[in-house]
Amino acid sequence: MSHLLTDTGIVAGRYIRQTLAARAGLLFGALQPLVFLVFFGPLLQDVDLGGRGDSWQTLVPGLLVQLCLFSSTFAGFTLLIEKHHGVVERMRVTPVSRLALLLGRLVRDVLQLFAQSLLLLVAALAFGLRAPVAGVLIAFGLLGLLAAALASLSYALAMRVSSPQEFAPVISSLNMPATLLSGILLPMTLAPGWLDAVSRCVPFRYVVDGVRDAFTGHYAGGPLALGAAVAAALAALALGLGTQVFRKANA
Amino acid sequence: MPAAIHTAGLTRTFRTKNGTVEAVRGIDLTVPQGEIIGFLGPNGAGKTTTLRMLTTLLTPTAGKVTVAGRDLITDPGGVRERIGYVAQSGGTDPAVSVREELTTQGRLYRLGKTEAARRTEELAGELDLTGLLDRPCGALSGGQRRRLDIAMALTHAPGLLFLDEPTTGLDPASRAGLWQLVRRLREKHGTTVFLTTHYLDEADALADRLVIVDGGRIVAQGTSAELKQLHGGSPDATLQDTFIALTGRRAGRETENAPVAV
Repeated sequence: MSHLLTDTGIVAGRYIRQTLAARAGLLFGALQPLVFLVFFGPLLQDVDLGGRGDSWQTLVPGLLVQLCLFSSTFAGFTLLIEKHHGVVERMRVTPVSRLALLLGRLVRDVLQLFAQSLLLLVAALAFGLRAPVAGVLIAFGLLGLLAAALASLSYALAMRVSSPQEFAPVISSLNMPATLLSGILLPMTLAPGWLDAVSRCVPFRYVVDGVRDAFTGHYAGGPLALGAAVAAALAALALGLGTQVFRKANA
Repeated sequence: MPAAIHTAGLTRTFRTKNGTVEAVRGIDLTVPQGEIIGFLGPNGAGKTTTLRMLTTLLTPTAGKVTVAGRDLITDPGGVRERIGYVAQSGGTDPAVSVREELTTQGRLYRLGKTEAARRTEELAGELDLTGLLDRPCGALSGGQRRRLDIAMALTHAPGLLFLDEPTTGLDPASRAGLWQLVRRLREKHGTTVFLTTHYLDEADALADRLVIVDGGRIVAQGTSAELKQLHGGSPDATLQDTFIALTGRRAGRETENAPVAV
């Protein structure tokens, strides 16, 4: 157990140093939601979105989940590159805890997402977003759980496939419908009945709704609790699967 | 003194779309401590699968295996603490500095921070990498990178070192340097070295004993002279003749001739 913590720290340190060495990557990773914020956000300012709060309190939570979705699902890409260079095998021959090889990466991914989310929030504040600090902190908790879940699945997939050509299409074909169906840009309350029903099958929708409630200070309602429960359940499932794949020697 | 490697009935089968493939079919092998052993065979003979099992990367389907005094199946962690492994492709990230890789490796072998930094300097000195410590691994030449790979594998001063085709793609001078390094390791530290190679001259010059595998089984083992006498027809036979007599194929890639090194 003590080895697991130290090893996770060592592995996390390695990847955090790599991320800091390529800081420009942090900005590029957050570019897409930033573009939506700047060029799409102002269009919604005077539109009735049917939800609580103003348009920024509706859009920014969606963009935060979008950022989380894109950056975390592609996390496995870095593992594929490391596999190609033999780095993964080299580490697997050392006594390092197998689980730490996964957890250390996830620590970096969650911290990286927080840094990018902060950047997006600061830009949104400039555009007129107002949200309670407690709500933002709760939202970060949900986003962190979701990021850990998605990155974990992404690494598990990367461990099992051998080339980016097998990896990228799977991720891309999941990301786009997931974005549209979770009401990231516009809330699903605007959707016709059938589309609303379909979107209820996409777990990210509940996280988006939860984060929106957190941003408007509605902590006691059902959506926030449901969003938190869904994020936690996803994280538990994904970590279980990731652990299994990383523990198995033959991956 | 217990053997560095002991296997009995080491087997690995893979399940594929077209049924099961027996990559390794019952290898019985004993490697005494301090020996340099050359593991040879044509492509697809089961060399890599065997090596991956012995280094804990692949679980055997069957067999009893002890590596560096530890049971491979029940105590893979114990094996990992006692072996070093240099993969054919190496194992460093081209974007990361040599110092970062060596120090992280030390930490993964559970050295403290200061101890890992000290060991990095020490290994760099021993393997002639001192001037390169702050360069990215990707900026190193083939020979330098191979020395780095070996330095990484020697971090915890293991008694048993696995080298998978260590000189493939190296120029003659780097090859000669690597041979000297392997000999020096054995002389100074009594390190057991298990190496696979495509180059028969390398096996001939470096290994105390050769093990030739084909079709997932050991087809012959002994010193180079013994194998030439027994299977090549005469003590003057070349190792290539012996290899062909045993496996029906030439060693190495058809057109490739190993550069000469001393």
